[in-house]
Amino acid sequence: MATIERDLQEQAQQQYTPKLGQGVDIERVDTDDGEVMIVNMGPQHPSTHGVLRLVVELNGENVMKATPHIGYLHTGLEKTMENMTYYKALTITDREDYLSNLMNNLAYSMAVEKLMDIEVPPRAQRLRLILNEFERIASHLLWLGTHALDIGAMTLFFYTWRERDAILDLKEMMSGVRMMTSWICPGGLRGDMPEGWFYKAQKFVDAFPKRLDEYNRLVSKNPIWVERLSGIGVISAEDAIAWGLSGPSLRGSGVAWDIRKANPYTGYEQFDFDIPVGKNGDVYDRFLCRMEELRQSHRILVQALKDVPGGPVMTSDRKVAPPPRAELDTSMESLIHHFKIFTEGYHPPIGEAYAAVESARGEKGYYIYSDGSNKPYRVKIKGPSFNNLQALPKMAEGRMIADVVAIIGSIDIVLGDIDR
Amino acid sequence: MVDFDVRLGLTPTDLQLREIQVKRPDEWVELNPDDSPEFRLIQQQFAGDIITSRLFRDEKTIVVKKDNIVAICRLLRDSSETNYNYLSDMTCVDRLEFMSDDEDRFEIVYHLYSMGTFGRFRVKARVSEDDAAIDTVEGVWPCANWLEREIYDMFGIRFNNHTDLRRILMPDDWVGHPLRRDFPLGGEEVEFTHNVRDRH
Repeated sequence: MATIERDLQEQAQQQYTPKLGQGVDIERVDTDDGEVMIVNMGPQHPSTHGVLRLVVELNGENVMKATPHIGYLHTGLEKTMENMTYYKALTITDREDYLSNLMNNLAYSMAVEKLMDIEVPPRAQRLRLILNEFERIASHLLWLGTHALDIGAMTLFFYTWRERDAILDLKEMMSGVRMMTSWICPGGLRGDMPEGWFYKAQKFVDAFPKRLDEYNRLVSKNPIWVERLSGIGVISAEDAIAWGLSGPSLRGSGVAWDIRKANPYTGYEQFDFDIPVGKNGDVYDRFLCRMEELRQSHRILVQALKDVPGGPVMTSDRKVAPPPRAELDTSMESLIHHFKIFTEGYHPPIGEAYAAVESARGEKGYYIYSDGSNKPYRVKIKGPSFNNLQALPKMAEGRMIADVVAIIGSIDIVLGDIDR
Repeated sequence: MVDFDVRLGLTPTDLQLREIQVKRPDEWVELNPDDSPEFRLIQQQFAGDIITSRLFRDEKTIVVKKDNIVAICRLLRDSSETNYNYLSDMTCVDRLEFMSDDEDRFEIVYHLYSMGTFGRFRVKARVSEDDAAIDTVEGVWPCANWLEREIYDMFGIRFNNHTDLRRILMPDDWVGHPLRRDFPLGGEEVEFTHNVRDRH
């Protein structure tokens, strides 16, 4: 009886051939330093913030090598955009980095406006800025909640979601859509804010500092939190620049580079705000940078909401702007023009343009190559997460496996931005 | 070569017939060596490599031959005048429907950024279809590693001396390079359980 059982066990062991890439299979290799274990993490791992797959080589608990495998969310957005008119392609920009939609809208719109040489009216500029800062707060709040969740502080998630929801409500009030609004479009905004929007926005801004203090009290000075995050995932300033990091991931290493300050767009030069930078370039510094950025975004919002300029929210340049509704009733030409803008679209001149904004994750850029037709000949989306993730092995190697989760959280990747 | 997309109605003959006349818009101006230290530096050391240059919407672009691309990039990075220490983005443009007969098909685009002057500069290197290969700039900016892998994946351009030239976004067994202009949009078989390929 016993022999039969043993035979069955041996048989089962022989049949079990570990293979990488199928769930939690584990491969072991004996080396001189000890046993090296290759663990597959993701693409369906909750702490990888999407569908990131990491193949980690472990010696005990120490990470010897980490190799990211990406592309699980690749949907060919750039190819799709090449086959849409400029106006339709705007809707694709919402879908790539799905946590900072309005920032993507802005970067794309700025590239098209540059290509066509269009001026945007002051009210639209200011509203774009306000929306972008709200988006940054929403994105950072989502990061804060999930980052804390990864590390084991569950409570924060519920609080930050509450605040983020208020911002989504604002977006819904404005456009009817909670996430993919496409509200910022080439030429300005799709429409003005509805009645009561500013009152609601101001209410959020007034209440926010208290909430932020709450979060800070919950985690920032918490000894467990500080000890858990300090000194891990370190990357030096030189390395961070060489590896193309941007956004808070770069500023955590002490490089004070923020496109809002360096190459101001949509009126950021009119406002007082500081760029928080870290010292050590570890996970805790990147965490502190984002926490301070929340406060700075709030500071910008307080100033920006004070005196919003009046006037139209869409450029008067009829190359991209549809005629006003009232004109359609009386003018045949306007009706035709309205129809043509939304069917055939507009034709930028032959040429190329690159426009970048500081998104919640770093430099979000759009490179548009125009052949003079109504569709972009080539669109390249510069996703900040792509470069940030590339540096992950550099941060994670030599650390413990449990730190990898914290490091992934600290670079705040969005897989839609990486895979596109 | 993949078949042309039926829905787009593009066939090779159509493309030839279209004969898009690429006209230089009036707004394009050649770079001036006095205003652009980048252009002056390249002109001094690699005068024979410059194909063309332009200033369009305040964006400086230089188009060069691919042979000395690494040296040009290193020059732009290390010179104290330009100091382009940050590779902001890197991509490729397939100029299939856009080029004249004697031009090369691909253009590798380097978006450079300087953390010192906060200026941007664009370098483009022409790569022909027959010899679709260019030297890697990984040694200049390490972050070119993944960006070049993406170009290899999407356009099928090989990077000489690259440390890890594999597909990055598409599956390893994918046939073709999706962002080439002659790669069809759609027409791909939908995977069900009965026709799924064994990828693993």
